Amino acid sequence: MNKKGLNIRTMVAIGIGAAIFFVLMRFVSIPSGVPNTNLNLAAAILSLFAGIFGPVAGMLIAFIGHTLTDLTWGSGVWWSWVLANTAFGFMLGIFRKKYRIEEGGFGMKEAVLFNVVQIIANLIAWVGIAPSLDILFFQEPANKVYLQGLTAAGLNAAVILVVGTLLAFGYSKTRTKAGSLKEER
Amino acid sequence: MLAYAEGKSFVHALSGATKFLFFLFWSVLAMMTYDTRVMLVMAAVSILLFAVSRTRFEDVSFIFRLLLLFMALNLLAIYLFAPEQGVAIYGTRHVILQGIGRYTVTAEQLFYEANVFLKYCIMAPAAIILMVTTHPSEFASSLNRIGVNYSVAYAISLTLRYIPDVQREFQDISRSQQARGIELSRKASLMKRLKGASAILMPLVFSSLERIDVISHAMELRGFGKKKRRTWYSGRPFKVLDLIVMLVGALLLVLGLWITFRDGNRFFNPFV
Repeated sequence: MNKKGLNIRTMVAIGIGAAIFFVLMRFVSIPSGVPNTNLNLAAAILSLFAGIFGPVAGMLIAFIGHTLTDLTWGSGVWWSWVLANTAFGFMLGIFRKKYRIEEGGFGMKEAVLFNVVQIIANLIAWVGIAPSLDILFFQEPANKVYLQGLTAAGLNAAVILVVGTLLAFGYSKTRTKAGSLKEER
Repeated sequence: MLAYAEGKSFVHALSGATKFLFFLFWSVLAMMTYDTRVMLVMAAVSILLFAVSRTRFEDVSFIFRLLLLFMALNLLAIYLFAPEQGVAIYGTRHVILQGIGRYTVTAEQLFYEANVFLKYCIMAPAAIILMVTTHPSEFASSLNRIGVNYSVAYAISLTLRYIPDVQREFQDISRSQQARGIELSRKASLMKRLKGASAILMPLVFSSLERIDVISHAMELRGFGKKKRRTWYSGRPFKVLDLIVMLVGALLLVLGLWITFRDGNRFFNPFV
């Protein structure tokens, strides 16, 4: 393991995670029912990867994935939302030790914490950071950007609540529980 | 979708990092400025860049159509939410048309929305040119050259490498799950759609996590990350041209910001 740089596994996880994030954000759209808004499945993957690999991984996955998405749309990079997403990925990973997904210990208690964290992170990122940066960079009307931010936060939170939590449960179930071996007497 | 296209122009010959830095300077200026004069100059430079990079307009015209639609919606939304935003910004009020209720048409609002339009217009071309003229592997190596940690640069190159794989895998899983009766379109309820999405993502997550282990083990066995530096297959040294372009980018940024903020306000105000 390399102490100065990133752990190799984390680094590979960032690469692959960002690729999944990009594919989901760029090519997959599931109508949410509200016009012009789609369920963003990328958020679910981000929550899982940040939960497993930690805040730095979450941050870089969101940053690389979102920047690439914006670049390939050709609309220029929307730095205000990229930065908000980066902060979002970081926040999702802060308590990764508590979730115990890799150790097979993701149960009800962990799921509640996981979702409390993601809802707070959603509010900070999409109702706090993104609209404020939008106003700072683009001087757009406040009520418009806050409404957009609120919609994004709500949809993201719903996606992670259902899909993200299910993924974490599913993956954690396949992992061997730490300390599950017992000595036979 | 935008992708790298082989070419022989001088923009293609520049190192990826040079273009990325130029693009960063460019987007910082595009975000900070609301000065109409600066934005007009940037628009002119964009057209020039398109010309020298010999990007064929047919290759990217679909993006412009999408962009125009997006901009039209956004400009309309701005008007609906804040029809007096321009008045608030420029401090004067020249009514052109007395509309219904608060929806009047003022010269300030029109000018403000024209500026927003211009701002969107100058954000796009630099990104398009960066995408179309930069080879992905060369890009990762050149990021390392400008000081990005090589693990991070390598993660980016892994992303670019695995996007097609992940995309193909996602399609395969999605089709087979839909064949088993999972509905993702509007016909299903929101909850059903979310559940269906997890049924597709779950296999994708498992195979990806497995893939992460395979790749990282292989890299570990080959001693990745042992040394402080590494060489790159597609790396190329910076040339004089690269330095010149970087300098021009930095100069553009400084000059643009200076002109914008000289009067202590980021807006150019023709009304006073």
